[in-house]
Amino acid sequence: MNVAVAKTGGGRAVSDLFASAEGRLPGSPEVIAARREAFESYERLGLPHRRIEEWKYTDLRALVGEVLPLAAIPDAGALKRAAEAVKAHAIEGARKVVLVDGVFAADLSDVRALAPEAGFKTLRETLEKDAGLLKTASTDAVIALNAAMATDGVVLSIADGAQLSAPIQIIHIATAASASAFTRSRVAIGKGARATIVETFVAAEAKAYQVNDAVIVSVGDNADVAHIRLMDDAPDAVNITSQFITVGANTKLNLFSMTSGAAVSRLQGFITLAGEGSELSVNGVNLLKKTEHGDTTLVVDHAVPNCVSRETFRAVIDDRAHSVFQGRIIVRPDAQKTDGKMMTRALLLSDEAEADNKPELEIFADDVSCGHGATAGALDDSLLFYLKARGLPEKQAQALLIQAFVGEAIEQIADDGLREHVIGMAERWLERRS
Amino acid sequence: MMALLEVKDLKVRVEEREILHGLTLTVNEGEVHAIMGPNGSGKSTLSHVIAGKPGYEVTDGQILFKGEDLLEMEPDERAAKGVFLAFQYPVEIPGVATMNFLRTALNAQRKARGESEYSTPDFLKKVREVSKSLNIPQDMLKRGVNVGFSGGEKKRNEVLQMALFEPSLCILDEMDSGLDIDALRIAADGVNALRSPKRSMVVITHYQRLLNYIVPDVVHVMSRGRVVKSGGKELALELEASGYAQFEAA
Repeated sequence: MNVAVAKTGGGRAVSDLFASAEGRLPGSPEVIAARREAFESYERLGLPHRRIEEWKYTDLRALVGEVLPLAAIPDAGALKRAAEAVKAHAIEGARKVVLVDGVFAADLSDVRALAPEAGFKTLRETLEKDAGLLKTASTDAVIALNAAMATDGVVLSIADGAQLSAPIQIIHIATAASASAFTRSRVAIGKGARATIVETFVAAEAKAYQVNDAVIVSVGDNADVAHIRLMDDAPDAVNITSQFITVGANTKLNLFSMTSGAAVSRLQGFITLAGEGSELSVNGVNLLKKTEHGDTTLVVDHAVPNCVSRETFRAVIDDRAHSVFQGRIIVRPDAQKTDGKMMTRALLLSDEAEADNKPELEIFADDVSCGHGATAGALDDSLLFYLKARGLPEKQAQALLIQAFVGEAIEQIADDGLREHVIGMAERWLERRS
Repeated sequence: MMALLEVKDLKVRVEEREILHGLTLTVNEGEVHAIMGPNGSGKSTLSHVIAGKPGYEVTDGQILFKGEDLLEMEPDERAAKGVFLAFQYPVEIPGVATMNFLRTALNAQRKARGESEYSTPDFLKKVREVSKSLNIPQDMLKRGVNVGFSGGEKKRNEVLQMALFEPSLCILDEMDSGLDIDALRIAADGVNALRSPKRSMVVITHYQRLLNYIVPDVVHVMSRGRVVKSGGKELALELEASGYAQFEAA
């Protein structure tokens, strides 16, 4: 049965895609062999669909159908458009690393400013020697596809003890319509380091494109790190991002993500707390309208004792949009004194808006404190009336309450400039609504 | 004297049940009217219908404000025209800082009237002045709207808004409920400071006590969805002595 499914249209299209892209894919012969293996694994599975439990609410076969051909290497015109997008989306003071249609754009990036605290290479350079970056423990089809097709990415290593004064912002820009970009990055953060990494996904006039990104993050002991993902892709784009994050001991890690674009998106985060005494905070916001489908799927794996994890997720869903939150907390047998909680709230702005929440606790230790909560509802009429009675028109009253609703998650961003940037993004989304 | 608010033969239903059965009331410019009556007489319904709260069906009659049909307007349009309802139970709005709320509301009203927005320094100066006179500490203004405020603080926050927005009609819905005598005095002093020949007030209350502090020009007694008696301020004292029972008889 599975074989039959894999041989339908979707599977064959990818096969053609891989064959035609092979000449563009960087790597040593060993890397090319690993890619082929990953591609075969993808071809066996095909695009994920609703009968695969992890993808139950996000049936890519139904929502996306086929994977588009690889985007061309950006030409001068594309880079010019990308430069405009960089200006519009750069965070003030941040050091930028720019990927255009899945290819590192040196002229748009400030990689020299990264030294000496952070080492930088492209994925392309790294794969000349080492196939390791293409390997993950995952058996997920979209991650296998990413390993097969990744054209480039950012390989960052933050030195032990480095105290980064400004965020590093990786900007993914799409300029090519009806094409795919595959990127894979690694961020290794040293012991005792303090760093803020931002990843931004935007379009430069591109339409109907697909993004498949993977990022592998390791955070050393005694570090203090924030990772912020801001996805504001074109309204008809597809964005699938996979994060693999391993956290050392006595470390503080704040993850934040906001989705305010793309027709179909999924952020899947796999976070392993591998060192004792660490604190993980994960906050997410989905802002969805029209027929957008936004999925946030998080797995927090408490592999060792004495860690704290907090997940706060807020979804604002208008029109016929569909928001998915799947949160799993795993507590391994040794992970005593784990404190893990998640809370998800959905705000439904229309009768046809849909929210699916699937919290899961898998607890194998007996001395832990874990919990989850979920709510879904409309804006409170009594609050709306109060604001209107004070002179706020309906849409403005709604906007104020929506800002307050998502504010609880956004407040968790410590950096003032960055928080203002994210608030600005949410405000622009609200303005587009009214 | 010019009529500011004219309620004419107003009939209102809530979920198929008629609450107001043909209520008529005229408030002239600069007058303070008290509306008294037992629980369930329709006092709060009247205040909600004037402010435009959803859930009320007006089946007959009209409400004119400065000669314009109020029932045709959205609640925010009514506010911009100068209607202000001080809520009996002001809601808490977590995540919306009071200062931000005040500025957003004031500027929305000004924008609707085609006036320029307040500059930040002018706005802050004004809020500081008014909040000081109402004994509202500055840190309260940084908190979410009414979040963690005491009953007295919530009512003072309503009076603060009244002072900032400068409405021409203030409807005070049971302002005395849940307030001790000191809190009531502060709130009432704030209201009295806003009395002016250009501003009218409708003070809705169950008890005469509030009217010792906010002395009305006219007192109306409501019962069973109608105004059944009107008179001067002495009518309130009569009611205090005799109760509402005389009006309750069918």
